[in-house]
Amino acid sequence: MERPLTQHLHQDGTARFLREYVETGGYRSLQRITTGMAPKDVQRLVSESGLRGRGGGGFPTGTKWSFVPMGPDASKPKYIVANGDEMEPGTFKDRILMEGDPHGLVEGMIMAGYALDAEVGYIFLRGEYHLSAQRLTRAIAEAYDAGYLGQPLPGTTFQFNLHLHSSAGRYICGEETALINALEGKRAVPRAKPPFPQTVGLWGQPTIVQNVETLYNLPHIMNHGAEWYHRLSRTQDGGTKMYGISGRVTNPGWWELPLGTTARELLERHAGGMADGARFRGLLPGGISTAFMIEEHLDLPLDFSSFPSDVGRLGTGTMIILDDQTCPVGFVLNLEKFFARESCGWCTPCREGLPWVAKLLMAFEEGRATNDDLSLLEMHTKWLAPGHTFCGLAPGAMAPLQSALKYFREDFERHITIGGCPWSKKSAQQRVLA
Amino acid sequence: MAIIIVDNKSYTVDERQNLLAACLGHGLNLPYFCWHPAMGSVGACRQCAVKQFKDDRDQSGRLVMSCMTPATNGTRISIDDPEAKAFRASVIEWLMVNHPHDCPVCDEGGECHLQDMTVMTGHVYRRSRFPKRTHRNQTLGPFIRHEMNRCIQCYRCVRFYRDYAGGRDLNVFGAHDALYFGREQDGTLENEFSGNLVEICPTGVFTDKTFFKHYTRKWDLQAAQSICPHCSLGCNTTAGERSGTLRRMTNRFNSQVNGYFLCDRGRFGYEYVNSEQRIKHPLVRSGSDRTQPGMPEGVPKTLELAADRLRQARGIVGIGSPRASLEANVALRALVGPEQFYQGVDEQECQLLSTILNILRTGPVPSASIHDAEQADAVLVLGPDLLNEAPRLALALLQSIRQQPMERVDDLKIPQWDEAAVRNAVQNRRGPLFMAGYRQTWLHEYATDSYFAAPDDLARLGFAVAGSIGQDAPTVPDLSSEVKDLAQHIAEALTHAKRPLIIAGTGSGSQATIEAAANVAWALHQQGKQPRLSFVLPEANSAGLGLLGGGSLHDAFDAISQGKADTVIVLENDLYRRAEQAKVDAFFDRAHTVIVIDSLEHRTAAYADILLPAATGPESDGTYVNQEGRAQRFYQVFAQNGDVKESWRWLSDLAHATAQDVESGSGVATWRKFDDAVSATATAAPELARMGEVAPSASFRLIGQKFPRQSERCSGRTSLLSHLTMHEPPPPVDEDSPLAFTMEGYRGPLPSPLISQFWAPGWNSIQALNTYQEEVGGPLRDEMPGVRLIEPVATKAPAWFTSIPGAFQPASRQWLLLPLSAVFGSDELSNRSPAIVERIVQPFLSLHPSDGARLSLENQSTIDLALHGTTYRLAIHFESSTPVGTVGLLLVPEVSGVRVPTWIDLCEAIKTERKRRAA
Repeated sequence: MERPLTQHLHQDGTARFLREYVETGGYRSLQRITTGMAPKDVQRLVSESGLRGRGGGGFPTGTKWSFVPMGPDASKPKYIVANGDEMEPGTFKDRILMEGDPHGLVEGMIMAGYALDAEVGYIFLRGEYHLSAQRLTRAIAEAYDAGYLGQPLPGTTFQFNLHLHSSAGRYICGEETALINALEGKRAVPRAKPPFPQTVGLWGQPTIVQNVETLYNLPHIMNHGAEWYHRLSRTQDGGTKMYGISGRVTNPGWWELPLGTTARELLERHAGGMADGARFRGLLPGGISTAFMIEEHLDLPLDFSSFPSDVGRLGTGTMIILDDQTCPVGFVLNLEKFFARESCGWCTPCREGLPWVAKLLMAFEEGRATNDDLSLLEMHTKWLAPGHTFCGLAPGAMAPLQSALKYFREDFERHITIGGCPWSKKSAQQRVLA
Repeated sequence: MAIIIVDNKSYTVDERQNLLAACLGHGLNLPYFCWHPAMGSVGACRQCAVKQFKDDRDQSGRLVMSCMTPATNGTRISIDDPEAKAFRASVIEWLMVNHPHDCPVCDEGGECHLQDMTVMTGHVYRRSRFPKRTHRNQTLGPFIRHEMNRCIQCYRCVRFYRDYAGGRDLNVFGAHDALYFGREQDGTLENEFSGNLVEICPTGVFTDKTFFKHYTRKWDLQAAQSICPHCSLGCNTTAGERSGTLRRMTNRFNSQVNGYFLCDRGRFGYEYVNSEQRIKHPLVRSGSDRTQPGMPEGVPKTLELAADRLRQARGIVGIGSPRASLEANVALRALVGPEQFYQGVDEQECQLLSTILNILRTGPVPSASIHDAEQADAVLVLGPDLLNEAPRLALALLQSIRQQPMERVDDLKIPQWDEAAVRNAVQNRRGPLFMAGYRQTWLHEYATDSYFAAPDDLARLGFAVAGSIGQDAPTVPDLSSEVKDLAQHIAEALTHAKRPLIIAGTGSGSQATIEAAANVAWALHQQGKQPRLSFVLPEANSAGLGLLGGGSLHDAFDAISQGKADTVIVLENDLYRRAEQAKVDAFFDRAHTVIVIDSLEHRTAAYADILLPAATGPESDGTYVNQEGRAQRFYQVFAQNGDVKESWRWLSDLAHATAQDVESGSGVATWRKFDDAVSATATAAPELARMGEVAPSASFRLIGQKFPRQSERCSGRTSLLSHLTMHEPPPPVDEDSPLAFTMEGYRGPLPSPLISQFWAPGWNSIQALNTYQEEVGGPLRDEMPGVRLIEPVATKAPAWFTSIPGAFQPASRQWLLLPLSAVFGSDELSNRSPAIVERIVQPFLSLHPSDGARLSLENQSTIDLALHGTTYRLAIHFESSTPVGTVGLLLVPEVSGVRVPTWIDLCEAIKTERKRRAA
């Protein structure tokens, strides 16, 4: 089984820097450029590879690139931005890559820059990723010294400059247009679309914002071709995927596996099954803005095209397991408190709706909820839908709630009937006292 | 045009609009918060959701925000769709989660957009049972009250204050449901347009602090159109009164003039009307000792005494005023005869005014309205300090710099109403704005290039620009290469523009800058461009007075000193603001009788032998001509108490009492109604012929009815005076206008000057304006935006101005003292309004640091400056923008008697320097 992204990573978590990276084939993809591969050829290759965005949206990368104005009349400069603001709870895949192989991101960005004739790149990094920042800073400096950055690539006029920006924080910066605003020094509030960043992005210029993991794939596609890339995968989407599991399992962690691996394989073969005494109840497949999957969904291929619409979407592929020792209402409350806090405050439904949802769930946990509160929660899952809100944050926040109301409804109702949380020792005591 | 289908009905709309504007334009009720016709769409509040269908087979549709959706041909939407209605009600429910239920004690209550929208969506029942979030409010200065708990986070305030008006000290802080709209810390809002927050805010977060001090509900205000008297731009306002007190001033939309916004001087300067220094009764001095005060006298007796004096007079001098209405000036001119009528401004001002009027009369380039200025795509400001002399024009220029970048927006196929996208596309791109002057303000941050120099050098720059545009325009010798390059740069920007605008003014007293501006405009016209000219004038009716003509104040002084006359009538004018004290003193000393008609006590009024109490603007009907040459009507908002009368009426009464009209043949004695004054004004000068078209005449009726100044809901009229009398006194009769001082009368579409307040069923706030417009943001239905009295008739420019001044040379001991205007402090009337007074800063003298060093002065120190026999205490400000060899003097009330520009010997004039630093 091939693991192009992670096969060379050090087991001890130390980073691979320039010499080692080059020895194992690093920056080889740039030779394709110097030997005459035109930007449009790179674009075509990426389209053919079936690469889809690894940030959770799964948008075909080639299609995304096709909206960038090309040719001599295109507005310049153009920008490539790596979205390294990995703030999705439970998600740590980009961190593994950036800490272990910082040059892979540099190479991927140069390649994306070349393909789109974009001369400047920014890495927008989650503020808490100090180690990634240190290692990327060193890698960028090495790449400048080695001439990969800051001077024309041999045989071309193309040169790429790369900057690292550590975020001041906030979940919404993971939304590409809010990220652009943050990078410009403005409030991290999403932008209206259209126009999309491909035409009006960073400082009003054509911009591609791409997830870190996606960019790591580019050199390998260049080196081995589209057909090879398709063969890595078990489904029609090409390549491997960084999967991960957290929760009460025997062996939580991350694995680079063929795209389309099932949750059951991950859970049972790689994570060693549920931990002793814990029983599987559900999982959030990729970050907390995806809907719950339950037992019956465990054999679905985890990719971007196989999910039935009533199951939801893959998201980042780093999953969180809900077990029977944990109150699903409390679990969702925890998520909604996060979403309410991380709302940027721009649009009404998200800004006012999410705190209300969180307070309602708190009322469930504290035994003060009524049946009316259930309908209020349902109202929010209906209204906080795509298109109703300014961006995807609130609809994402509703995905776990809506599916929890569907799969764990009796648990919500039990909170009402017993006047507290069945999982809580404290509320159990209160019940006895009452 | 496009056809859209709303709830299965077809509507023809402009496809360059968004769906929200298109629906509102057709009178369809669709609630909204964050959208504003002048500020576009950002999609924040989600209140204007409608259901959009792909085609006529699509039954399910999807919710879209109408403000963010273009009105393309064939669009099918439903406003009444149950899901859309329920969603809109939910948005209000969310907003109400934290909004306090304090409407009864909220100043916005009764004219609150949030109240209107709540009722419109049908949200009535509160389901949230959790505590509301609370905020600490801030003290924001004398103009604005802050109550953050009411905030519904629509972002309009920061979008107006920062994005539209260039302010920096109001912002949004925090995130999620803990947003805070305010300043970093308590303190006065600095921006000159902060008062618009009162109207921009859809609820009661920002309210009018001056109104709060004599608060009344909108429905209890008696209101009418007013024209702002505080600068020359002529912004339209709505003045509201109750129980004899003027309560507030709000913006009144005029598509050609001020649009949606006012400056703070205009909004908060109104309280002079309620001043304790108002002259309420005639005062008559019996003897000739002018140190004795005048004694109150009844009106008939006063008129009799005045008539006696006028009959005995050996020549009468009539001194007009640029802050009095055209009709009052015409009345005075008719009373004293055109030969004896003087403009009441100094020689220099007369000269500048007549130059400007001649440029507009004889040249091919039209004057620019404020609306034109907003549309200009390249601007050259030659001299004036717009932020302080004509603030609303500065606000227009902040919009004009968006014109050229809009080409990129069009190229990207972004609709211009899509403000969110427009800002992202435009970023920091700005169209050309060149500012040449001698004082730096924050507006310069938006300029493409700035040039600070003495007026002569500003004029040389202007002539150089004209010289490089026009074919045979005179060129300027001996320019430095820097100025040459700048002139070339400006010339190129102006010639590449479609709608270039040149702005000059009278503020610096420089004739040459005015002539240079004309040359630039004429040169552009010669090149086939369509330029416009804008001249900033000193006062509200300076242009009207100029059209009327007459000698200067100094000619009047001469008439008295040469014994041609011994009696003076001063109309609404404090001569001590216009001439040196000694000269005015001498003038009055030699005059046998001084009759003053004015509304506020001042030094000239103190000299009056007979003082007649004049009505202020909101207490009288009249016409002002603004700097554009636009005649606009203002209306009596409330009937004066006691003996106060309109100036034209006093003058008519005086003429009647003296029976002098037979002699002069003027007929002013026969004026009984305001329309008589208007008719006489229309024949007073050729350019005033269209005066009758400015507004409907007093006889105008619809369905035989007059038009009420009060609302239908004016409360308690029958019981207001019941503690005094059981009988409801009849309201005063208004013979001067079609308006009535009542609640009764015609309700319906009206010519715009007759609208008392903007109000429509379901729309109680100022947002009701939408329902008065044919197309949202466009002109009012039946708008009478005033009459432009001067339009170009020439197709070719007259001869170039050729008097190019030499380069300014600093002198060894002399400095050129230049006036610095203060938005708060330089206007006579607003200086009597308490809120404005709080904003007036101490007078200062600004010098270039090198001049400061030459004089061994310290920055921020205090000096005593002796000038024309008076000593003034001034702070010293070192400003690198002050040209070397000049000093700027801030014109605030303490120094109102100083005549500038003038040369002074600072080594001599600075008496002491106090080396204590200002705090």
